[in-house]
Amino acid sequence: LQLDFWLAPRSPGQPVDVRVPFPSLQPLKAHLEANGISYSIMIEDVQTLVDDEQMEMLRSRRWLPFSTTTFDYTSYHSLDEIYAFMDLLVAENPNLVSKLEIGQTTENRPIYVLKFSKGGTNRPAIWIDTGIHSREWVTQASGVWFAKKIVLDHENDEGLASILDKMDIFLEIVTNPDGFAFTQTKNRMWRKTRSKQSGSVCVGVDPNRNWDAGFGGSGASKNPCSETYHGPYANSEPEVKAIVDFVKNHGNIKAFISIHSYSQLLLYPYGYTRTPVPDQKELHEISEKAVAALSSLYGTKYKYGSIITTIYQASGGTIDWTYNQGIKYSFTFELRDTGRYGFLLPAKMIVPTAEETWLALKVIMEHARDHPY
Amino acid sequence: DIDDVGRKYHLELVLEDVLDKDGTVNCTAEVLYHLGNKNIAPDVHFTTEGELKNTDEADNVFYNRIKSLEKELVAENIPDSHGNVPPEMEPIRLLAWAAAGYVIWQNSTENTKFQLAQIKHVKQVKRSDEYLEFDYTILLHEMVSQEIIPWQMTVLWHPQHGVQVTQDSPQPKHPSE
Repeated sequence: LQLDFWLAPRSPGQPVDVRVPFPSLQPLKAHLEANGISYSIMIEDVQTLVDDEQMEMLRSRRWLPFSTTTFDYTSYHSLDEIYAFMDLLVAENPNLVSKLEIGQTTENRPIYVLKFSKGGTNRPAIWIDTGIHSREWVTQASGVWFAKKIVLDHENDEGLASILDKMDIFLEIVTNPDGFAFTQTKNRMWRKTRSKQSGSVCVGVDPNRNWDAGFGGSGASKNPCSETYHGPYANSEPEVKAIVDFVKNHGNIKAFISIHSYSQLLLYPYGYTRTPVPDQKELHEISEKAVAALSSLYGTKYKYGSIITTIYQASGGTIDWTYNQGIKYSFTFELRDTGRYGFLLPAKMIVPTAEETWLALKVIMEHARDHPY
Repeated sequence: DIDDVGRKYHLELVLEDVLDKDGTVNCTAEVLYHLGNKNIAPDVHFTTEGELKNTDEADNVFYNRIKSLEKELVAENIPDSHGNVPPEMEPIRLLAWAAAGYVIWQNSTENTKFQLAQIKHVKQVKRSDEYLEFDYTILLHEMVSQEIIPWQMTVLWHPQHGVQVTQDSPQPKHPSE
């Protein structure tokens, strides 16, 4: 009958909600009546509701931002609004900021990276990405704030100015655009990419299990329906491949920071193995300083350590790959909070979160500046 | 480790009142995870030192407000996508949090870490007795697997008698979601 239960059977006496395809209506009614099971119709025609919602969403499209000064950093924005913000930032600061397209997603959305540079050719660089897991909305929102912060402070803040004198900063704000669009329209809790998986009705690959570092090992799932599905092979996801190609072609990235939420953690490699990285001592010391700087602003408490000892085993992860490529200063953040709101962090916490995180990022960037390799 | 029984943890923790940051209470607890059958909830024994803030007034205000509603309360998506919770829904959210704590306890092992991610839907069920009853559909976030698990729970509450989860069950997820 292809019944689609919206409230599944629990125990006798408890109601059940079911969506019934048109051809099954008569047989189902007959069956219920024959068995003395009472029913009532909650929605006559689900399709009309779906059509109405579609129309409503098209109608209520918000105004695109005017300038990065009037942009509202204290609220969450759509993909279109963030892409418009990027173009505005470039237009307002053409000598500092440029936009690069590094690839396209499965659903053919462009993947953009902002480059902040005061000149030079292929300077040593710092990479920051946010939004690789689409439901972690405070990260994309923080990425937008970081972009503006770099522009605001690049001359008057000594630390940032001296970083930009020697190094470039690359910032990928929406690392998983398909996933992000899906969280806005269909499922706020979507984490993965949106690629179709052959042989399965399930969609998407965990982009933080798809990198070529311990790929397919313990700490990722082989099941396409799982949230930690590693994908058919390493770099199968265009979102991941785009970054891999960029990093390899650039060849001079010295620090790589990938930002997630939630849990309030600062992590360094490895996630796929218990073997400590050779630079463990140095990375641990940097983390201690970065966390202290973060806490100094609002008292937010962070823990730090390697991925596998601090959070859980995870294979095919971003910073394990970048570290193995020779990018010594590879870190992952898990931003606010620790579970009270989780992924649904209230918008009023975006700016405080971004502000404190920025202090930690500066510690890492300054260390990279002062310790060339 | 306790041979043939399981693994016991001794914890010392500080409880902090979310609504009263200065209100902290020291707590010691023992948690025993059973060997073998993972379908038994861990045993928990705890003691607390000191008292938490008295909430009688706020409890009664909420209780009377719900009791006097003409139509049963119905709400969705608490918090919403942007983390907003309308002020009048805050007690509904806190009640879900307490009830979800029970569901999480009953379903925890040494390899799980659950959080309440969102209330998808809540519907008040009118009762003839003094209790308030709410039928919640919540989303639990499991940290290790990163899965979002829809869960239904029927919750009873009364200012003097506290929270009870009378019925709960995991719900199927739609593969297309």
